[in-house]
Amino acid sequence: MRILTYIRQVLDAEESVHIANNAVALENSKLVMDTMDEYGVEEALRLRESGIEAEIVAVAVGPARVQDALRTALAMGADRAIHVETDIRLDAIALSKVLAQLAKQEEATLILSGGQQADWDSHALAAATAERLNWPQVTWTSALALAGTILTGKHDADEGSESFTLELPVVVTTQQGLNEPRYPTLPNIMKSKKKELRKESLNQFDVTPKLNFVSAEIQVKNRLNKILDGKDAPAAAAQLVDLLRNEARVIA
Amino acid sequence: MILVVVEYANGKVSKSTWEMITAARESGREGPVTALVLGSNIAAVAAEVAKAVDQVLVADLPALAQYDPELWSAAVAQIATEGEASLVLLGGSRSGREYSPRVAIKLDAPLLEDVISLKATGETITAQRYTFLARVTETIESTAPIAVATIKPGVFNAATPKAEAAEQFDVDLSLPAPRLKVTGKTAERSSRISLSEAEIVVSGGRGVGSAEGFTQYVEALADQLGAAVGATRAIVDAGWRPYSEQVGQTGKTVQPKTYIAIGISGAVQHLSGMNKSKTIVAINRDAEAPIFKIADYGIIGDVTQLVPAILTELKK
Ligand SMILES: Cc1cc2nc3c(=O)[nH]c(=O)nc-3n(C[C@H](O)[C@H](O)[C@H](O)COP(=O)(O)OP(=O)(O)OC[C@H]3O[C@@H](n4cnc5c(N)ncnc54)[C@H](O)[C@@H]3O)c2cc1C
Repeated sequence: MRILTYIRQVLDAEESVHIANNAVALENSKLVMDTMDEYGVEEALRLRESGIEAEIVAVAVGPARVQDALRTALAMGADRAIHVETDIRLDAIALSKVLAQLAKQEEATLILSGGQQADWDSHALAAATAERLNWPQVTWTSALALAGTILTGKHDADEGSESFTLELPVVVTTQQGLNEPRYPTLPNIMKSKKKELRKESLNQFDVTPKLNFVSAEIQVKNRLNKILDGKDAPAAAAQLVDLLRNEARVIA
Repeated sequence: MILVVVEYANGKVSKSTWEMITAARESGREGPVTALVLGSNIAAVAAEVAKAVDQVLVADLPALAQYDPELWSAAVAQIATEGEASLVLLGGSRSGREYSPRVAIKLDAPLLEDVISLKATGETITAQRYTFLARVTETIESTAPIAVATIKPGVFNAATPKAEAAEQFDVDLSLPAPRLKVTGKTAERSSRISLSEAEIVVSGGRGVGSAEGFTQYVEALADQLGAAVGATRAIVDAGWRPYSEQVGQTGKTVQPKTYIAIGISGAVQHLSGMNKSKTIVAINRDAEAPIFKIADYGIIGDVTQLVPAILTELKK
């Protein structure tokens, strides 16, 4: 079988956000593979290590620099990578069109993708891709196992969690807690340099986004930052309660 | 028409639904605000929501007893098409965010996800949403004749029901066969005030020391203040608290008047779920903890000494 793991390159969570020309500026910032997608790559590797014969293909859409994230996936253990290169920013619905076509071309039967993208704060990609392929989906998985074409596992629902069974092909979203992603080792980093990283152009996917990105703003609420020293606990507690009661008026 | 897909739990219309109705009314799109209720044994839900909308469509079918993204998206897309909807609103719950993309693709519509504002002028809809782990507010625009949007919970005012109820209509649906089989459920509904509706949230992190520490400090303070309790991912993963209490990127987003963070470092993934709270209070023994940067009030010190002292003070 063939597993596609979809990868995004995002701002490192520890980096601060800068805005230029009405959009978040990523130049000169540390960019990494989206953590949520890392769980996807790791899970693909684990499914293979559990005895399933699978080729793992890492896929990404974005500007030239995105290949660094794909290299990370290859160094973790993915077999090859496909990079659809474009400087156009695509929303999840538009992006899913690319991913679905690639899945068909590659005859994939399992797609793994992060549950929420750390740049768009979007949950839409996996479900949109599943819909385009007419496949079922399962989101926010916290456990997965594959036997033949039967995928079982656990995922988060509105309240609590559910165990499920599904038959492949399926689109799955991953999240923290599903596994602990491995670090690429030096030998694997060296090996990954020889792995195939195929470039494709966006043109052939016939994508027309229906959403425009108009502007971006960092809205920092000015906080009071009244921080007390708590060495004398009763005194600090009294002062805090007084502030919350009489200044902020948020407690009775 | 503007189609609002009703969210409900335990036979009661959820707060998110009243918020969606407000978003629908304020959107500037024309036509009756139409509520769609999907499920089984939902007469009470339909009757309740009828008091705040122009008409109610009810699909009360055994096949809809269980939420399923494929069934839900098929149902909503069918009704939206038949009713020539120009705007379809879904809740920003896990399920709403999960099946809304399928609805958008079925309708060949753009998806405005998790929006905090929504304004139509002519064909153009302008919306705002948080991005980059809720650190940025982005404005997006759709120019399609129909758009699907999920409404971020806790942002729009709740619509108030009137005495008079709108007319209800039963609808016929052609639904696909479910493919996802749910083989078990673990409900994690806590008996406390719900996180999304509470005015005060008291949350605990690893700094509370243990599950017992959470009860002793976080729950005790929450009880004293009539607050809901929240938790960080670290302690949910450690099994100290149920997932339903987790606040953050992969948990719930809360926006209470007051958020009290106890023994929480303030990782961006946690902040993304609570940084829109009106007043933020933090207790942490590390003066360098990032949580203090976004706090209005805080104490640098030990949870085990400070929380009991605060409780004593509150009882005075
Ligand atoms: C993809 C992804 C998604 C994530 N989603 C979420 C999410 O939804 N929600 C979430 O919360 N996290 C999430 N995380 C995890 C997040 O990065 C942090 O690891 C987590 O929030 C840390 O929890 P904590 O503050 O309880 O623990 P820690 O970071 O260990 O902090 C404990 C704090 O307690 C203080 N402390 C210790 N003892 C005491 C004491 N006796 N008195 C006072 N203070 C004390 C310490 O100084 C420290 O600041 C996610 C991570 C990833 C990678």
